[in-house]
Amino acid sequence: MTGPEADSPQTPTEVRDALGEASYLADESVALVAFLAQRLGRPVLVEGPAGVGKTELAKALSRATGREMIRLQCYEGLDEAKSLYEWNYRKQLLGIQARAAAGDSDEASALDELFAPEYLLERPLLEAISSEEPVVLLIDEIDKTDQEFEAMLLELLSDFQVTIPELGRIEAATHPIVVITSNDSRELTEALKRRCLYLWIDYPDPEREAEIVRLHEPGIDERLARRLVEVVAMVRDLDLRKPPSISESIDWARTLVLLGADDIDEGTFRESLSTIVKHRADLDLVAEKVAPALGRGEPAGSPGG
Amino acid sequence: MSTDPDRGPARIADRLIEFCGALRAEGLAVGTSEVLDASNALESIGWEDEEGFREAVAATVAKSRGDREVFDLVFDRFFFREAEAEALRREPEVEGPEGIGDDRLADLSVEGLAEAVAEAIDSGDAGRMNDLARLSIEVFARDGERSGVVGVDLQRIRRGLGIAPGGDGTGPDPEGRREFERQLRRELERRQIGQLGKLPPARPLRDLNRTLPTRGAADLAQVQRAIFRMKRRLATVGHDPRRGGKGRSIDFRRTARASLETGGVPLDLRYRPRRPRKPEIYVLCDVSSSVSSASTFFLSVVHALHDSFRRLRSFVFIERISEVTDLFQSERDFASISERITAQGGVADVSGYTDYGRVWREFLEDVSSDLGPRSTVIVLGDARTNGRPPGSDSFRAVADRAKRTLWLNPEPAAYWNYGDSAMAAYAPFCDGVFECWTTDQLEDFVDLLARTGGGTPSLHPAAMAPPRPRY
Ligand SMILES: Nc1ncnc2c1ncn2[C@@H]1O[C@H](COP(=O)(O)OP(=O)(O)OP(=O)(O)O)[C@@H](O)[C@H]1O
Ligand SMILES: [Mg+2]
Repeated sequence: MTGPEADSPQTPTEVRDALGEASYLADESVALVAFLAQRLGRPVLVEGPAGVGKTELAKALSRATGREMIRLQCYEGLDEAKSLYEWNYRKQLLGIQARAAAGDSDEASALDELFAPEYLLERPLLEAISSEEPVVLLIDEIDKTDQEFEAMLLELLSDFQVTIPELGRIEAATHPIVVITSNDSRELTEALKRRCLYLWIDYPDPEREAEIVRLHEPGIDERLARRLVEVVAMVRDLDLRKPPSISESIDWARTLVLLGADDIDEGTFRESLSTIVKHRADLDLVAEKVAPALGRGEPAGSPGG
Repeated sequence: MSTDPDRGPARIADRLIEFCGALRAEGLAVGTSEVLDASNALESIGWEDEEGFREAVAATVAKSRGDREVFDLVFDRFFFREAEAEALRREPEVEGPEGIGDDRLADLSVEGLAEAVAEAIDSGDAGRMNDLARLSIEVFARDGERSGVVGVDLQRIRRGLGIAPGGDGTGPDPEGRREFERQLRRELERRQIGQLGKLPPARPLRDLNRTLPTRGAADLAQVQRAIFRMKRRLATVGHDPRRGGKGRSIDFRRTARASLETGGVPLDLRYRPRRPRKPEIYVLCDVSSSVSSASTFFLSVVHALHDSFRRLRSFVFIERISEVTDLFQSERDFASISERITAQGGVADVSGYTDYGRVWREFLEDVSSDLGPRSTVIVLGDARTNGRPPGSDSFRAVADRAKRTLWLNPEPAAYWNYGDSAMAAYAPFCDGVFECWTTDQLEDFVDLLARTGGGTPSLHPAAMAPPRPRY
């Protein structure tokens, strides 16, 4: 078991503020789980719809703590050689040639020398625990890997050590803050979930999203940002193939600022619709359901603005 | 809440363990390590941090979105609602929603309230309905109209406000009315759980002011003959290994669940039923009020099943499920059985309204290890879920384990899936769903079983029956 890191924060509020300074507007539950992750030394498993800031959370933690971020992007077929370590065959080959040239023929010592740390290629996981300075380790989209990979990861995250047959056990030099994201394309193993703290991030509420939009696009005025996130929420309510995420809200804000729009009426909406909705079928649905509801000028219910 | 002397760390640690037990009862895999994690998490945010409390416990014990939903429900029962109920007790909410003005609770007339409710129902404004639901509960409590049983209170309030549906289809907009009733029910449940601070013990029908019919169907003999024919149809050949073992074994899950009612202390040991052979038939009989007009028929069917099958376990349910096999085995007389079920069958606890999702979960928990390739599950019920989650996952798990799952619904097929009927959520997992509330229909059902062996999902004689008015 790992105790809290020496530099770990004292309160969730402290974490929220630090993330805020790192340009990440965390709500209560995010700040709390990020805090607990550091206090309890547990990995965080983050799930949620696409584009709600799962990846960004790890990046922001890295900025907020001043730790380097090491990222392991998962994909189908990802194995130990690409995630943990691999022997550098090319360098080993060169080593053999050098020995041969030097007339050295002692095979036993050759093997020892060729499987020494200097021939080891550290992949993100090993790199993260052998780093002298503690890092933030982001394991992105773990649901793309298989259960075997999970088992290996679990071992690493529980014991913080790796056994390399040729070298023996390597203990972690430092403990990373671990953020694991999943897009829920498959169930993760019970064991891994047990090890992790769980965080579900949903689309933010309108106030928060307006703040995020304004953070990324300070040129947009407050009222327009509010209106924008309301319309985006309407669009998300439809049953779309790809509902707009926070990135789309941000992009749209930029577009509206470029267009010099000061309100979102039906015209502006149709003109800029493709920034938030990308899928052909989605476009039709949104054009049909949302556009007409926007009216030609001011939204109904807020006369005079 | 933090001023409560009972809220010291020790008290909370106890509550936490109890709470995790409740999560387990709802199907979450919460082990000792999770309880420890939760307790460590609480320690590091400080026990007093009310805001963080929920999130900290959630992060350590609810490990998927689905788990989180269950978590929030159970959490509300345990902690939040308790606090809110407390706040309500201290400063009864008299602030009327607009339209009622500033009338103090004491001056508020039931008529004025009824008018405001009717308006809110017509406008479909959910927020307002919620305000009014709370207010109505306060007003009726003020007038001494509280029984403590949600179902009964709901009826009283509904009658008092004049929002019961008109028999001739008049009355308030049905959608709005359902929404308002849902809000009322939720508020009532919330308060009740809040006041008790835990799930109340199971209650029998008698506590809901309801009784079961004490006489069988007029044509009980015909029902019996139909069931006897059914037995031959379902007859499964194959060995029936008697299970060994002499002592009675304790059923840990059921013991743990029962212990929730005694604050986590397992006072009441539950044993696995001692049954030498694997039961072949499981019959689950809805005894909620929405099927009361079919009760005589349903009970007659259960009686006839008991007469024909020795390997049978029977259950009655509303929001909880209660096994009544032993009652049927120890009594012969229809009336005495009904009376005993009425007095003893623990079919309700909080609301008195059918909660299919919970019923499936409890059933699965109780019998899943026994369900097997020779089991037939027969459900007698209307699939009316009162807007609650139908729990089709658990139902599916039941159906997957059993060889056959058959559903007899007393409502005309034309009414299925309207309103809160969730027949469609279950039908895909059944080997047959039938409109059945008369002996003739029962015979048709048995004939169809005969022709198909009961294994064809397309069994659907209901489609041919002329729709009958709903009661
Ligand atoms: N709370 C926040 N504060 C500031 N910016 C945010 C916040 N949440 C999201 N963003 C912004 O939204 C964008 C999308 O976030 P990100 O890429 O992290 O989403 P994701 O959840 O990882 O999506 P995916 O599932 O597609 O990988 C980022 O550009 C980020 O800047
Ligand atoms: Mg991402």
